[in-house]
Order: sequence, then structure tokens, then C-alpha cells
Amino acid sequence: MSQLHAANGSSPGRPLVIESRENLSFVVSREVFVSREIFEREQRAVFDRCWIYLGHVSEVKNPGDYRTRWVAGRPLIFCRDRNGEIHALINSCRHRGAVVCREREGNARNFYCMYHGWTYNTDGSLRGVPDESSYPPGFDKASKGLTPAPRLEAYKDFYFVNFDRDAVDLDTYLAGAKAYIDLVVDQSPSGRMEIISGVQEYDIKANWKLLVENSVDDYHLLATHATWLQYMRNSGVNMSPPKGSGLLLPTEGRGVDLGNGHLTTDNPNYRGRPVARWISIYGEEAKADIDAIRTELVERLGEARAARIADTNRNLAIFPNLVINDGSSVTVRHFTPVAPDLMHVTAWALGPVEETEEQRARRLHAFLTFYGPGGFATPDDVTALECAQAGYASWREVPWNDLSRGMTKDDDKQSNTDEGHLRVFWRRWGALMETHA
Amino acid sequence: MNKPLNGADTVSRAEVEDLLYGEADLLDSWKLDEWLTLLTEDAVYYVPPNDKPDSDHRTTLFTIADDIVRLRERVIRLKDPNCHAEYPPSRTRRLITNVRITGVDGDTVTAAANFAVYRYRRGEPAREFVGHYRYRLRRVGGVLRIAERRAILDAHELGPMGSVSFIL
Repeated sequence: MSQLHAANGSSPGRPLVIESRENLSFVVSREVFVSREIFEREQRAVFDRCWIYLGHVSEVKNPGDYRTRWVAGRPLIFCRDRNGEIHALINSCRHRGAVVCREREGNARNFYCMYHGWTYNTDGSLRGVPDESSYPPGFDKASKGLTPAPRLEAYKDFYFVNFDRDAVDLDTYLAGAKAYIDLVVDQSPSGRMEIISGVQEYDIKANWKLLVENSVDDYHLLATHATWLQYMRNSGVNMSPPKGSGLLLPTEGRGVDLGNGHLTTDNPNYRGRPVARWISIYGEEAKADIDAIRTELVERLGEARAARIADTNRNLAIFPNLVINDGSSVTVRHFTPVAPDLMHVTAWALGPVEETEEQRARRLHAFLTFYGPGGFATPDDVTALECAQAGYASWREVPWNDLSRGMTKDDDKQSNTDEGHLRVFWRRWGALMETHA
Repeated sequence: MNKPLNGADTVSRAEVEDLLYGEADLLDSWKLDEWLTLLTEDAVYYVPPNDKPDSDHRTTLFTIADDIVRLRERVIRLKDPNCHAEYPPSRTRRLITNVRITGVDGDTVTAAANFAVYRYRRGEPAREFVGHYRYRLRRVGGVLRIAERRAILDAHELGPMGSVSFIL
């Protein structure tokens, strides 16, 4: 039995995550969704120590391209300097702190602080200080560039930052998640995916950890997404489990532990994929094109790998707050905790750079059927999370969430509607919190 | 008015206003099947993303980009008690102003209007959706119908608006 204790908390000594293999029980304290103290502590224990998603290389294609975003509670500039090198700069003037780049995105020759006029090059170095002669002799411009995030590393064009200088390298950190990123990237003939124009940014009035659970929890589909299932049926897609199978959904998938708190679902596809798995919603005229995409996959990667990519869908959660859903379309979604009961969600669509306009349009259409704040499914997820958050106001009287589904089975036999993969997240979260108790 | 209004005598602003105000009433009353009768058989409904309000849904990820098939399915979903985001249905109130005819081309009229939509749910602060509509209207059998409605939000992000789970 392992127990985690919330020291210094509003309720010292109260265990947060309790797993008992012998009793087949796994519970999470509802206090972790409401406590300000736990919220502050996880900023330090989780977000200041883990690799946090920053952006994709396709967002800063050309020298001078930049995107400003909030990452792990800090304002950052994700940019490519005039010499082509990529940076993660903390967006705060070294003089008196104002953000030096106030636009969402663009192409810059330099970053200009509107407060006193200090100017920085796109590599962060300090370029100009008005009336520099009034500074003391020891004033060293060379040491006053914009501060870079302590660590910046990429895997297959996905850039991450880490505020812990001593963290393991990204490659080691991602562990088994890399193979699942590869399944996404291999959809492009040249291995180049791109973030598609248009971002979805919306708030959920719930704790961020609930969206990790929700993103990979296939148990909720029947209840939460009843209207989406109905839409798919109305559109001629078979959504029924095989007779006598005992399944909740048409196919049985797996919930997989990828190490270091990363996890994924891995499901035989029944809901269509713009990559080479046709469903009626795409229209008859799309059949030949989908076949052609499949042929390209097979020629390039072989039958087995092509089937692996095209015939499975996977919701991948990279600890702590990045989700790549390779399902009805590919979405890259990360979320930033703002308060115990509030998160900002940012979501993009991802597609192969080679896609034709028709293929891109089909991908985007498929995306919106399920995902996003105007989709047929995501708004109900948001509601589910907000309902859960509301319920947690009674955490003192009703203190535990139950995550024991599938515990009678081995860890490597967990299905996508079990909770084995959710337990992977909680164990990692608990372990990190313990080190910062 | 920038464009010459050839055939402007065939449509008046009052007629466009009547259509838009009537539509707002049906949507606020959740009379969604009746609302569908205001649309042409090939109608489309768009909510562009907040960061790219002038973009094309075929190349840019929108918040909503419904063809008529998915739009009818959206209404089926909205009427279902299992549409959890809108159950019980939000109370909404639309204020539509600054209605202008922006072009007339044969049977097709383009029009613009500003909107403020207030969405209320029990126990929650009001959510305000502010922006402008761009309509493409077409006369079908003598009656002006909606062929395209595009709701363009002014906010830089959806943020506290959350989901666009009702028809904006």
C-alpha cells in the first residue's frame, strides 16, 4: 500500500491517492481538485519540474516568426531568430519586467518594450537601451538579454520547455510516448506535420487534472456522448458492440502505460479516420482519395505499419498537460491551470503538410464533428467536468473518487474502458507531489 | 454603401430586419424546427475561430462549420436531453442591431448585423457573446431565406464564454 500525505495542507496528514492492490481499490481524494494549497504545491512539484509543451515547429517556419503563449504560468515567446534558430524566451523585459511582445503571433525584426524602449533581437539579446550613457560603468548589455526558458528540447518537431535545469532530457522523459507520437508523424509522407491555422481557446471551470482523465477515459462515451453516438448512427456508421461481446463500444481497445506518467488509449477504429479509414460521413466521392492515402501508407511503410496507423485511434496524454488525440482527426490540446477550479484550454488541428485542399477540408470537417467548443462532443465533456467540479464542493463529506475499474486484471490487460491508464497518471502525480510534500 | 445595389428595389432593410428579428425570436424560444424552415436546402452556418475571423473553413480550423446535413443533426442533438451542455436549455437573449444590406445580386442578398447574445444558466454568471453576423440570403419562392449565416465573435478567445453549444 502506498499513501501520499498532504503535509502543510489545510488537512495535514490526509492521504491524497491511496492504492491497495490486495484490496483491489484505488481512490483519489477530492481535495486535490479544490485545495488552493495543493494547487500551489503542484505548480512547483509538477509544472516547474516536468517537460511542458510549448509549440510546434510549423508555427515558427520563417526567421523572425514568433508566437506568444502562457506556459507553466509564465509568459513565453516561442520564436525563430533571424539566423533560423528556435528559442523559448521569457516575455519579460530585463529592465522593469513588462512583456516585450504583446501580439499573439507575427514576424518580428525585434522585440520592443513599450515601457522604456529597451529593444531585443529575435534571439533575445539586448540590442538597444535609450540613453545608455546614464547607466553606471558596470552595466553589461551582453548579460541583459531576454531570459530563455532553462531548457528547450524537441521531439519530432514538438517543442517542450522545462524550468528545471536538472531535468532528464526530453527523449528520456517521453519514454513510451515517443512511439505514439511516431504513429502521428508517420501519417505525413515526408514526416512533416503542421499545426493548421485557427486556434480554439476556451475555459473550463474545473481542475486541470479532470481533463487529463476525460481525454483518455472511454468509459464515459456512452453516457456523456450519447448525442454524438446518435449522430454517428444517423449518419450510417455502426456504433453497436458486437452481439454477446459484453463490450460498451463496437471494438475493445487498450489503456496503456507509457512510463513517466504518460498513457494512451489504443483502439481498433470504428469511427473513421481522415488517414485512410473511410466512413459514410466523408461521402462516396471521398472513397477513392482515402484509398489513395492508404496505398501511399502501404507503399512507404508496409501493410502492418499502415494498418497500425490507419486502423487504430489513440488518445495520448503526455504528462502533465498535453493531449494528442489521433481519432476522428488529430488534435493537439494543452491546458493551463489557472485556479483549482479553472483551466485555460488551447487546441489546434494537426495535419500532414502534403495534404490536398480536399483532404484538409475533410480533416477539418471530421475534427468539428467531435472536437472543440462547437463540436458534438467536447461541450458535453466540458459540462461533465464542471458538474464534477461542482460536486467536489462536498469533498469533506464525500471525500473519494473511485478509480478501480479493471483492477482484477493485470496492468498490461487494461481495456480502454477500464481505469488502469488513469491510475498511471495519478501514481505519477502522487509521486511528484510526495517529493514536494 | 460600397457596392451598387442592382435590384435593390426587390429587398428592403425592413424585410431583412423582419427575418433576422424573427430568427432571433425562434432561437431564443428554442423553436429549432421552425428555425430550420428559415433556411435554404443548402444552408451553411459558420463560427470562425477567434484568432482568424476572416478565414476559410476549408483551410482553417473553425469553432463551427456546418453544412446543412450537420446543421440538421445539430438541431437533433440540441433537442435531445442528452445534449448535456444545453440541458436544461440555456436561456438566451439576442440583441440585433446595425442591420445593413451590403449587397444584392439577383436573388441573393448579403446583409450584416451586430449582435449581443446573453446566455444564462442556473447558478452561473451570464456569458456574453458579442460580434457581428454576415448573412447570405436568397429568395426562394418569393420568400427571403437564409443560405449562409456567419457569426463572428469580437473577443480574442472564447475564454469565459466556454462552449458555443447553442446556436449563436
